[in-house]
Amino acid sequence: MTNLLYDDDEEALRASVRALLAAHAPVSGTLARVDGDEPYDRGLWARLAGQLGAAGLAVPERHGGAGAGFREVAVVLEELGRAVAPVPYLGSAGVATRALLRCGDAELLGQLAVGRRAAALAVSVAAGPDAPPHAVVVADGPVLSGTVTGVADALPVDLLLVPADDGLYAVEADGPGVRMTPVVSLDGTRTLADIVFTGVPGRRIAAGEAATRAVTDALVAGAALLASEQVGVAQWCLDTTVEHVRLRRQFGRPIGSFQAVKHRLADVWVEISEARAVARHAADRLAVDHPDTALAASLAQAHCAAVAVRAAEACVQLHGGIGFTWEHPAHLYLKRAKSGAVAFGTADRHRAVLARLADLPGPPPGA
Amino acid sequence: MPDHTADGLRDLVAAFLSHHDPGGERTSFLRARFDAGLAWVNFPVGLGGLDAPRHLQSVVDEAFARAGAPDNRPRRNSIGLGMAAPTLLRHGTPAQRQRFLRPLWTGEEIWCQLFSEPDAGSDLAGLNTRAVRDGDDWVVTGQKVWTSMAHRARWAILLARTAPDAPKHRGITYFVCDMTAPGVEVRPLRQLTGEAEFNEVFLSEVRLSDTLRLGAVDDGWRVARTTLMNERVAIGGRPLPREGGMIGVLARVWRERPELRTAGLHAEVLRAWVRAEAARLTALRLRQQLAAGEPGPEGSAVKLSFAGLAQRISGLEVELLGEHGLRHDDWTMRRPEEPDLLGRTATYRYLRARGNSIEGGTSEILRTVIAERVLGLPAEPRVDR
Repeated sequence: MTNLLYDDDEEALRASVRALLAAHAPVSGTLARVDGDEPYDRGLWARLAGQLGAAGLAVPERHGGAGAGFREVAVVLEELGRAVAPVPYLGSAGVATRALLRCGDAELLGQLAVGRRAAALAVSVAAGPDAPPHAVVVADGPVLSGTVTGVADALPVDLLLVPADDGLYAVEADGPGVRMTPVVSLDGTRTLADIVFTGVPGRRIAAGEAATRAVTDALVAGAALLASEQVGVAQWCLDTTVEHVRLRRQFGRPIGSFQAVKHRLADVWVEISEARAVARHAADRLAVDHPDTALAASLAQAHCAAVAVRAAEACVQLHGGIGFTWEHPAHLYLKRAKSGAVAFGTADRHRAVLARLADLPGPPPGA
Repeated sequence: MPDHTADGLRDLVAAFLSHHDPGGERTSFLRARFDAGLAWVNFPVGLGGLDAPRHLQSVVDEAFARAGAPDNRPRRNSIGLGMAAPTLLRHGTPAQRQRFLRPLWTGEEIWCQLFSEPDAGSDLAGLNTRAVRDGDDWVVTGQKVWTSMAHRARWAILLARTAPDAPKHRGITYFVCDMTAPGVEVRPLRQLTGEAEFNEVFLSEVRLSDTLRLGAVDDGWRVARTTLMNERVAIGGRPLPREGGMIGVLARVWRERPELRTAGLHAEVLRAWVRAEAARLTALRLRQQLAAGEPGPEGSAVKLSFAGLAQRISGLEVELLGEHGLRHDDWTMRRPEEPDLLGRTATYRYLRARGNSIEGGTSEILRTVIAERVLGLPAEPRVDR
């Protein structure tokens, strides 16, 4: 049966990630970073992936990983969401790792597991399991050409997994013919990139059906795991807002004593309780490669994305004026949450997937 | 040392069944099961239990069910089992526990709850029913409302005011009320569904022995908190398979009647399905927390979600069915023992679901409780304390 709780090892992992983030990625630092030229925090990534070994959690021990699984990856993502940390963990330790697991590429998995390299699946941030990306990259032998826009978690990585018309290719991100341009993105803690490939040498790691399946399953993993990050984002927004409304006084009393404020926050808490169950369910199904994984992942995005958005919107609103400033970090969470509502497919697209998987078809054609 | 493992308990049930025929007379079978400590395993030895962990109850229940043994019809006595029993266990005297728990568990004696009053709903501590000491007795006068099973009940848990001049939370005493005592009058309370699940109960100088008092005089509010905490758990705690609740009815109509489908309704059905599945998983997670001995406050989340969801799904079903959705089955005043949420028409579901956000704590009160007890937000300034 699906276990929706956290076991002792998962709680210990959470504690060490939280301690690392508290020491090396305070929100104040992340806020300063979004004004700079280096949107991703490479130092933090080195600590998280190398020192803590978090990059290899879902990689089997025989490939040099920790042999844990995606339940543990999800716990790390909750903490990264809570810190809105600018590291490519979801893209590399989640999505790309799942693609490589499907391709069975031991060498690359081993490099990812120990944090020597980081990888990104070169697809639009909006690509979801319902709509595997169009093959905009054309392979001529092992040489790739084409353009992929709006790729998340790609700027700081050194390995790109590129779906092309005849398979999935591994490409050196800093190799000749690869031009990666940062996009001025809504979410400055997960800056997108447009990538142009011009006669780039690549190595095919899967072909035909196997490649399609690897990409689709990687996107399912992304949808499932993003839900845990969204729980973390929402939890920070709730905790921070509760703290604020307990202290902030107007009309001679804490604003948290007003029923309108209380009820809005009670609703956020209820939604987070539900989102946590849904996200744990998705992570658990993904971890055991259950036949229900695609359904659980689409359920997770149909539900959790909006929970994070509502929590972040409540955070801005209930902070009042200060919540509308650049100086307060609430906007980082709002931007991460709203971007998450598009990432790996909108809730509406995931509901369409559920319509198929749960046998709830739409009106007959012509109706 | 007793063997408090799933296997150990299965062995105990097997041994019990080798001496007691599950096909025999129902009441004597249930009494024997109680006496063997296999009623509610987390209760103390001698009171129907084994001092075993609560999560092992399902092991015992399943073992008896597999043997085809009769159960104690728990839904007929949900107030007794869910609320009176834990309160008696925690606050009752040894004599009270001995007297009441066995026939309560076997279903020989049904219980009801005399808490709410016409002027004390959400503000339960504002109740006006008076209990006045007279020698070894108390004389109780007042009116109670929204009492399910009062017309079947042998006993009631009762809150009455004993210190009218004290602050309202400190002047209440908790009693067990004899529903056969002179002066107890039960009248059906017909609700907007046409039926009467509930009653009004009029208490006119009802004499109750002081031995029926539960807890100290004027300390009834503290005792009542045990009862009310268990009410929320009881409402929120049932495990369901996917599409096990009202959403299953809606999904079935959707699949069987393609001619009713529109794009707009499709979006709404899918949204409801997602919310139902999220609420189901949340309830499942709550059960896992309870079983692991780490009860969380998520029970109130489940109760809130369930109420909103039932209302949304049943409202959607009426619209989906169109003209057929307006056909009601029966307005005659019936006396159901529990609402038949899945068996009747969509109109019934729609109407009955309105009560879900009122009974057992309104959704508004529940949000305030969550904000203050879970999130730790400050209380509103009050004029009644």
